[in-house]
Amino acid sequence: MIAIIDYRAGNLKSVESALIKLGFSCRVTHNREEILRSERIIFPGVGAAGKAIDDLRSLGLDKLLKESFDAGKPVLGICLGAQIILDKSEENNVQCLGLIKGEVKMFPSPLFSGNNERLKIPHMGWNGVRLIKNHPVLEGLMPADEFYFVHSYYTLPASNQYVIAMTEHGIEFPSIIGNNNLIAMQFHPEKSGNSGLRILKNFCTWDGHYAE
Amino acid sequence: MLSKRIIPCLDVRDGKTTKGIKFKQNIDIGDPVEMARFYYEEGADELVFYDITASSEHRDIMIDVVRRVAEEIFIPFSVGGGIRTIDDMRRVLLAGAEKISVNSAAVKDPSIISKGARAFGSQCIVLGMDVKQVPISNNIPSGYEIVIHGGRKYTGIDALAWAKRAEKSGAGEICLNSIDADGTQEGYEIVLTRLISENVNIPVIASGGAGNIDHLYDALTQARADAALIASIVHYGTYTIKEIKQALIAKGVKMRKAWLL
Repeated sequence: MIAIIDYRAGNLKSVESALIKLGFSCRVTHNREEILRSERIIFPGVGAAGKAIDDLRSLGLDKLLKESFDAGKPVLGICLGAQIILDKSEENNVQCLGLIKGEVKMFPSPLFSGNNERLKIPHMGWNGVRLIKNHPVLEGLMPADEFYFVHSYYTLPASNQYVIAMTEHGIEFPSIIGNNNLIAMQFHPEKSGNSGLRILKNFCTWDGHYAE
Repeated sequence: MLSKRIIPCLDVRDGKTTKGIKFKQNIDIGDPVEMARFYYEEGADELVFYDITASSEHRDIMIDVVRRVAEEIFIPFSVGGGIRTIDDMRRVLLAGAEKISVNSAAVKDPSIISKGARAFGSQCIVLGMDVKQVPISNNIPSGYEIVIHGGRKYTGIDALAWAKRAEKSGAGEICLNSIDADGTQEGYEIVLTRLISENVNIPVIASGGAGNIDHLYDALTQARADAALIASIVHYGTYTIKEIKQALIAKGVKMRKAWLL
């Protein structure tokens, strides 16, 4: 069973629907026993970092996530769930979970494209990814694949070793990052059509091992 | 670099779509879920459902539609029409919509934007603006005024000021509908769209007037819209979404090539 972590951070229904569609059994839960029993964890999230961290702590899920990660269980972070796994975030200036060394930065403003057009923040809509290294969860990625993003902050790991793919929006930022059995993406695979469903499917069968 | 988005809009009354697809395949043209799936598979980047149900007791039908759509399509979609309170927003979002759009409710009580943004995040709050061109005056310095009730009621609010205010209040996106252009199929309101898009830093969806591919091209380039809402030109089968996207790509617009995936 796959645990979709519920910490009041927005719409979990679409993640659940996608997994059901793909034929995987899953539970939207914040129950400790259930999460411990799960074979893998999806850690979603929308909203602000400060509130998310507060809610996680008040439910005791911050420690549980760390334990699960340390135990080698496959973990997928999505959107805000991909941000608050770093050490800290500029959003609300909050200390985060520290599963990947680094921080979460706000997009610089104003932001301009290569041909000097002013770009908007949030970075909202469909964008591609440039693969830095192969990863089992990204198996089958095609050049035409694009993913649905919506965010004003981006992840900046302390070392390139954690960066799996980059995306360009005025600046190039790490859009997929990972650390051993953890992989995290800024976009929403559950809202990214077939491209996203393929990634979710890969994650749901990934054994958590990753060697470059 | 972001792709420009193509967003079909479905009007839903009492759980049924009001404009059917006039062509091909065995789909129930009155069923919003089937139409949503059809456009999803055709390569739409996002969908908009506009609930034009008149009576409030039929609102639960829309929630059920939202739930069924969320189970079947895996792109973002928004729901507008009849959303007046934070509770209305919560129900639609919990049913699986990505975004909710407020229009006249925000005119009546602008605080619904900031309250919604605080409760659910700016990314789910779309401000729908219905706009008509009027003579420039002290009250309406941009020459564009916010209207409600399908354009029958003028509000005295300047469209540009309203867009900026909504951005400041926490709206995450603007869906900008020109009542003058709506239904004409003669092209989007380019001047208005560019005016709003250049003066806010949140995405703007152009709406109203799409009749051919050049119209979409102008909205997405000259008018600087981030996305284009379409209705009749796909509902009545003038073009498929793939045809629209391929034509725009040929003109140099970046589009998601969903048919390759």
